[in-house]
Order: sequence, then structure tokens, then C-alpha cells
Amino acid sequence: MFLKQLTVFLENREGRLESVTDLLAENGINIACLSLADTSEYGVLRLIVSDPDKAKAALKEAGYSSRLTEVLGVRLEQVPGSVNKLTKVLAADGINIEYMYTLSSSKEFGSMIVKVSDIQKAYDTVKKAGLDIVDPAAAYAL
Amino acid sequence: MIWNEARECMSRDEMQNMQSARLRKLVDNVYHNVEFYRKKMQELGLEPGDIRGIEDIEKLPFTTKSDLRDNYPFGLLAVPQSQIVRVHASSGTTGKATVVAYTRKDIELWQECVARDLMMCNVTKEDIIQVAYGYGLFTGGLGLHYGAENLGCTTVPMSTGNTKRLVTMMEDFKATAIACTPSYLLHIAEVIQEMNALDKLSLKTAICGAEPWTEKMRLQIEEKLHIHAHDIYGLSEICGPGVACDCEFHKGLHVQDDHFFAEIVDRDTLKQVPDGTVGELVFTTLTKEGMPLIRYRTKDLTSIDHTTCECGRTTPRISRFKGRSDDMLIIRGVNVFPSQVETALLEIAGTTPHYLMIVDRVNNLDTLEVQVEVEESFFSDEVKEMENLTKKIAAALQSAILIAVKVKLVEPRTLERSAGKSVHVIDKRVLDE
Repeated sequence: MFLKQLTVFLENREGRLESVTDLLAENGINIACLSLADTSEYGVLRLIVSDPDKAKAALKEAGYSSRLTEVLGVRLEQVPGSVNKLTKVLAADGINIEYMYTLSSSKEFGSMIVKVSDIQKAYDTVKKAGLDIVDPAAAYAL
Repeated sequence: MIWNEARECMSRDEMQNMQSARLRKLVDNVYHNVEFYRKKMQELGLEPGDIRGIEDIEKLPFTTKSDLRDNYPFGLLAVPQSQIVRVHASSGTTGKATVVAYTRKDIELWQECVARDLMMCNVTKEDIIQVAYGYGLFTGGLGLHYGAENLGCTTVPMSTGNTKRLVTMMEDFKATAIACTPSYLLHIAEVIQEMNALDKLSLKTAICGAEPWTEKMRLQIEEKLHIHAHDIYGLSEICGPGVACDCEFHKGLHVQDDHFFAEIVDRDTLKQVPDGTVGELVFTTLTKEGMPLIRYRTKDLTSIDHTTCECGRTTPRISRFKGRSDDMLIIRGVNVFPSQVETALLEIAGTTPHYLMIVDRVNNLDTLEVQVEVEESFFSDEVKEMENLTKKIAAALQSAILIAVKVKLVEPRTLERSAGKSVHVIDKRVLDE
């Protein structure tokens, strides 16, 4: 029910992101989506990939600091106010959003990756609000 | 001019007689009053009576910085604590401070030595001196301060920090002398230049110490500020600044050896070496009451010259330091050991990640950057957490080594290792002669 997000620590300099995508490509791992949070000196790369465990192992082998983090995938209608609906129910239940980014987007639907302060609670809140949770297998297969 | 001609120009024979008498008294004192020394001497089968004169000093055991740490804070006192009037401290190798304690008489002998040194730099009671060393646990500020007052100078306790105010006061007070670290003086020189103040100053002498510097840097300071610059040496374990200083001839630093007996020993055999040979400097405090030390290993490498100086003083001169026999760094006058960084990282990260200390000199001020390889155990997917980690490491390092540190997180396996062993320090400060 939760998605495994792959997170990689990278220095903020040329070629570092390339080396990670190189490694994933070599291992036949597809990147469904990614988000990069940058500071002046380093970046935190977050990815949803086709095989998180294999990707993690490959990164470890190559000497990267990476980790798997549980995040929530939420499917939303492609209409005004749908992201607001999600943030509203989370806020109402006292759940903090650490970060969020887009998993996929189409004409009818969009899905968001959400990292929250309490994932189990957020899962229940989202369910109760009648929103769809993205199935991990479907996300990895994107 | 010479502050205490009777002592500073004493014949070597007379000096040795005095040193012998003082050493006998000292050994007798520590044997009966300091358990640490009594045990050490007993282990060597030594009794106070075995030390008949200064020539027997080699029979005595050494004292190291770790002995001071093991006896933290007051285990090496030779007097009841009620007789201690002041305490100073410097950073130790594992984060625990090295504490030194002074009786009233110890403070007096310290200010006597500093007064001798200041006069060696041609400073007299007519001078107005700004003391721009840090005041506090560090011995620099208070050490120079008391010495300058003892000499009768108009003493201005500037401490460090607001450099513009320092320059303004230097101009307004017509200050003629300044005591600070050489790197800080170079910074002050730049501020003077920015403020276009050089022509309005009355400065003629600088007394610099507490960090390694070169003859080239000394000449640079003299040229930039049109002054005479002198090198003062000391270490808190022995008393603080004032243990030795160079005179107008700049041919080595005169050791106040009626109080601090200096030996140079071979780094490996620990046997005394002849004059002119480089080895480790070892001090015995002949007259201290509070925390006398026998054969304290400074880890500073130098050589000694017992011939009479052109200035007329007979006190032996140690040459400019050739380095250290351990991994201690001196950054902005503060002693820093890589092991302190290691300990602090261990506390924060729960493991010792690979790290690299980069020491540099930017605008004549020492800087320290510590690069830390980010390991999976403390890596987070949230930037907020990573920033907190950086702040926590910086705060822990700062409280351990007492100077501001810039922390930079780097990827694993990016820091240099040589033959499987990590290189922990890169010192970019150029200190060529």
C-alpha cells in the first residue's frame, strides 16, 4: 500500500546526477519519476523506479549513500481543486507534508507522491476522504 | 633595555647552580605532594635525593598532555586548592580540556616573564599596548595583560572581534604596541589600509604568538605596518605566553630558563641532543607552585643555542619551530586535534564517518572546513533533516574545538585515502620560510 521511494545523496556539482542515471540505465531500471531537492552544496534525489530494491543494491555497490523511504501515492482527478482537497484533509488531521511531487499526469488523472509526518494516519485520512491510493506495482510499472 | 639583568644576563655557571638548587627543591616538592609524580618516580626506583643537580634531569620521567588529561582537572596540584587563584584551560586531544592552575606566586612569575619579553621587544612603561588576544580560558589575553601592567604600560584589553574599533582606538589612543596572533595582525593591517589610517598611527611594535608563523610573515608585517614585530612563545601547560621571546636581533627566542628549564630530546630515543640539533622541546617548570611539571613534552620541534646573544642576554635561544611531532594543528591560535573532530562526529552520527579537515587562510584569517562523507546510517530523504544534521555537527565541533567550523557534507568515497588510511588534514596555509 505504500510506495518505496529511492533517495540518493548527491553533491551539487556537474556530472553527479548523470552518474546515477547511468548506473540505473546500465541495470535496466526505469525511472517513473524523480524530484531533486537542491541546496548550494548537495542535493537529495528522490525517485520512483521500476525495481527499488535492485536499484538500492546497485547504488550501494557503487558506493552511493541511498535509502528507501515509504511514501504515499495519491491519484487525483485532473480538475481544479483536487490537490487542494488532498492538502485540506491532511491539514485537517494534523498531518504535515514534508514534500510532494508529481508521479504522473494525464488528461483525466494526475498522481502525486506525498511524504508525510505520519504515513499510516495519512493513508487512513486519504482513504476516508474517498481519494484513491496508487498501487505500488502500478507505479513501478509506469 | 633589559628588565631583569641579574637573571637574563647571569653567567651560565651561576644559572646552572640556581637551576640545580631549584630542581632539587622541585623534585622534593612533587615527590611529597603530587601522587602522580611520586608513583612515576617510584616505578623508576628514584628518590628525591638521586637528583643532585640539573645534570641529573634526564633521570626524571616525562610528563605528557595525556597525563594532564588523565588527572583532569586538579589531580596534579602540588598545593591545596585554596591556594589556587586562577585557572586556565586549553583544548585537549579528545575534547576534554587541559586545565592549568596558578597560585598567586605563579601569576607573579608569569607576569615577570612577560614583562621581560615585552622589554626584549623594546616595550617600556611609556608604551600604550593593545592586547588583542582572546581574554578568557585561553592564556593569551590575560597573560599579556598582566605582563604589560607589570611592566607599567598603559594596557588596553581589546580582546578580539571588532577590528575597526581596534584601529580607531589605536589611532585615538596613539597606541604604540599591540599583542595578538600574527594572522590577526595581518587582518588588522588590511583594515588599517581600508580605513586609510596608517599615516595617523603611532604603532611601533607588535608582539605576536600563539600560532606558527614564518620569518617571511614577520618581515611582511614589519613592512606593511612600518613596525618591529617579535615572536613570543608559550603554552598554557607551562604558564602561557612568555616562556620565550625573540629580541631585536631575531636570532631565536630567549627562554626564561631560570623558571622554565628547556631540553631538546631526540624524537625517537628521547635522549638529549646537542645544541643546534632539532628535536622535541621539553620543559621543566623550576619555580611553579600550583601545578609544577617535570619534563613536559611540548611536541614542538626546534633546536637550542646556549651561546650569548648579541643583545647581551645569556638565556638560551630556541629556533623558530620546525613543526610538531604529533598531529596537532594551531588554528587561530587554538590547538586543534583531528581526534577531537572524530569524537564529535561519533557523538552526532553514532559512527565515525570519513572526514577531512581543510585548514586555509582567507584574508589572513585561518578557516576550518570539515568535510564529512554522508553515510546511509545518517542520511535522510528530507533536506530539513540534512540541514539539522549539518548544524548539529557544526555546533558539536565548535563546542569541542572552540572555533567556528564550516561543515560540508560530501558523497561517500570521495575523500582521499592513502594506502587504506584516510588523510584527515589538508593544511593549505603556506608557511614556507
